[in-house]
Amino acid sequence: MLTYLAKRLAMMVPLLIGITFISFLIMHLAPGSPTDLATDLNPKVSEIAKERLTKLYGLDKPLPVQYWNWLKRLAVLDFGRSFAPDGQPVLSKIADRLPITVTINLLSLALVLVIAVPIGVYSATHRGSLFDQATTVFVFLGFATPTFWLALLCMILFGVVLGWLPISGIKSLNHDQLSWAGQLLDYARHLALPVLLSAFTSLAGMSRYMRGNMLEVIRQDYVTTARAKGLPERLVIYSHALRNALMPVITILGLSVPALIGGSVIFESIFAIPGMGKLFYDSVMARDYPVVMGGLVIGAVLTLVGNLLADLGYALVDPRVRSK
Amino acid sequence: MTKITAALVFCLFFALAPGQAAAVDDGGSLVMGTIGDATSMIPMITSDSASHEMSGLVYNGLLKYDKDLNLVGDLAQSWTVSPDGLTITFKIRQGVRWQDGKPYTAADALFNWQFMVDPKTPTAYSGDYMKVTKAEALDEHTFRVRYDEPFAPGLASWTLSQMPRHLLEGKDVRASELNRHPIGTGPYEFVRWDAGARVVLRYFKDYFRGRAHISQVTYRVIPDMATMFLELKSGGLDWMGLTALQYRRQTETAFFKKNFVKYRYLSSSYSYLGYNLKDPRFADKRVRQGLSYAINKQEIIKGVLLGLGRVCTGPIKPGTYWYNPKVRHFPYDPAKARELLAQAGWKDHDGDGVLDKDGRPFEFTILTNQGNSYRANTGVIIQQRLAQIGVRVKLRTVEWAAFIKEFINKGRFEAVLLGWTMTPDPDQFDIWHSSKAKPGQLNFTYYKNPEVDRILTEQRRTFDREKRRALIFKLQEILAEDQPYTFLYTPDALPILAARIKGITPAPAGISYNFTDWWVPKALQHPALTR
Repeated sequence: MLTYLAKRLAMMVPLLIGITFISFLIMHLAPGSPTDLATDLNPKVSEIAKERLTKLYGLDKPLPVQYWNWLKRLAVLDFGRSFAPDGQPVLSKIADRLPITVTINLLSLALVLVIAVPIGVYSATHRGSLFDQATTVFVFLGFATPTFWLALLCMILFGVVLGWLPISGIKSLNHDQLSWAGQLLDYARHLALPVLLSAFTSLAGMSRYMRGNMLEVIRQDYVTTARAKGLPERLVIYSHALRNALMPVITILGLSVPALIGGSVIFESIFAIPGMGKLFYDSVMARDYPVVMGGLVIGAVLTLVGNLLADLGYALVDPRVRSK
Repeated sequence: MTKITAALVFCLFFALAPGQAAAVDDGGSLVMGTIGDATSMIPMITSDSASHEMSGLVYNGLLKYDKDLNLVGDLAQSWTVSPDGLTITFKIRQGVRWQDGKPYTAADALFNWQFMVDPKTPTAYSGDYMKVTKAEALDEHTFRVRYDEPFAPGLASWTLSQMPRHLLEGKDVRASELNRHPIGTGPYEFVRWDAGARVVLRYFKDYFRGRAHISQVTYRVIPDMATMFLELKSGGLDWMGLTALQYRRQTETAFFKKNFVKYRYLSSSYSYLGYNLKDPRFADKRVRQGLSYAINKQEIIKGVLLGLGRVCTGPIKPGTYWYNPKVRHFPYDPAKARELLAQAGWKDHDGDGVLDKDGRPFEFTILTNQGNSYRANTGVIIQQRLAQIGVRVKLRTVEWAAFIKEFINKGRFEAVLLGWTMTPDPDQFDIWHSSKAKPGQLNFTYYKNPEVDRILTEQRRTFDREKRRALIFKLQEILAEDQPYTFLYTPDALPILAARIKGITPAPAGISYNFTDWWVPKALQHPALTR
């Protein structure tokens, strides 16, 4: 097991370097450079000023040199400073945006699990029933509805017409004057719509997975055996079948680790949430290379770690994998 | 609809103007919506409008623009230009203090010039300041700059936001605290900035002109226009810029009339169809004039801007000192268009409905950038009108960076649909002078006219406003006659504000020029009452 772990960890280093190299290349191949976007078609920008900017950002050096310098800094975990005028360290920029994105994603993931697992199980055990058909329609509605449209409708209903919930942002203007509990409630009110909506759109995937797995497991011999020895149906389903049906969910959870730090640009724009998706998108549009690369590296590491965790989790749960 | 708005504005003006001095209350707050977040609070190293806007209330320049877009003193009490036009001397106001209590002096002004020309400063705007050959602080309250040759547009460059020397000198600007926490001399002090969410400002009690009436100003970043509008409707915002559609169709309800006031005035930009003058077809003036007659600009304004704009005849903003209204106009006249094109040799010889010359049909591609629906729609309307006189047009949109790099800078286009900002200073040198007709420069349509070159050079050397105006007038006449662009329209700015905010008086400069005079009546200052 330990050698397995060590091997997997060692494998990650060249993989990571490969990912960063390709990302770096593609980013620089995109037309335009950070200085262009600040200076193009602006009558007050002189040629000399443009050259100075290029030099300041180190963009006058050949690409391999730029990559090497970046890699050297990365080795000591220095992600550099953003090309944006405030020149903030990349890490602090990401740290500003990360908590809110992770919070929303975790809450919505938890909500999805809480709703989708029972739906999946019940649909599988009552296959073809009215409940099964109704939930199928419901989750696929969620899957097919454009989020931005639904979000606007909800904002109009809950924000403007009923006035129950705030429309956008993550806290009120008077947030700082509120008590501890008041602040928590303020966050909850702001996050209610984003979390519910993002959960609604991802119900379909998880509940279908659950239903499919469950259907497969129920047909297995050991379930028949359990039933044959006279166990109550509840025990058969929840103790014997469900545990086995949950296994693929671990894989999905492992693969969702990188998704936890990724936000959707459309979603964040609509709700005016200062999250990772918007930061990353704006950085790409501004060709802010250090921030883009910082985001990519973190995403890549999390993907690799997520995969590793899923595999390890599998090995822990499933004796058959361990023995291989 | 327009009449109602005009009437509202009118009433407001007359209701407030006489009693204003007596009945102004201090206090209250205002929340403004903005699409983008600022990138830094040191405005001269940024190039986005959000940064300039949000930091605008924190700083002052030596000079500023008044309501009619004329230069007046700000931190400088007065200024004099030497008779030879080579030196400008600023007399600096006494008793001005930075928000941290230190006095503002000529040494600060000098530092700001040094900061702008320092190669280590990542600014894109050093050009105007590098023309200064010598700058000196003669005493605490006198700052003098010297140029090698008279440079009239240079005066406008002294609207430069003044940064505190004692906090910035000798420091790396990109690592400076001021990026995230500005300190200026302006009417508002910085309070906090939540990245991507909001910037909060509070009035500066020792502002040299007396405190601003409204106590707190918040900019909220809301990237989506639809969300922003809903926030406005629910009471979460007091001020935003409307889209044409929102102005016309969504804010005509009793609710909006009771709680908000809409304003409408010309914005400082124009859209145009620019021709590549290296293309022999467009090198012929008659062709360009013909196309200008064939395009119905009123129709574009009606269709694209829902009527919220004005036909534009040249690069200078109408209603300002420099604008010449008596230039040649090109109203929609397809008969005249056909006639001019026929004179240039473009006729439908083979009867296929498309004009041709030497066996070549008249067809070209209009290029524009992605993500601007106004421009895309304008292109469609132009395409249809030109088809009617027998010119076949294709439309193509390209992502901005590629658009600039691959097409504009390399001159690889036939015609482009783009826009320019109209700056308060009328210097048009970079856009029309033949020396700027090079790859990567702004005269990318390759317009070359010796008379225009002469005027552009001359007006830069002329500090005398009347004389300079005569030159700028002539420039507008020539450009209107030559039609290197078909000048299309200037859109209206369409801000909407909560009705409780008083003291707003629209002028050619817009509404925010007298922001510090705005106020909220005591009874309406509690935020809960604004819903």
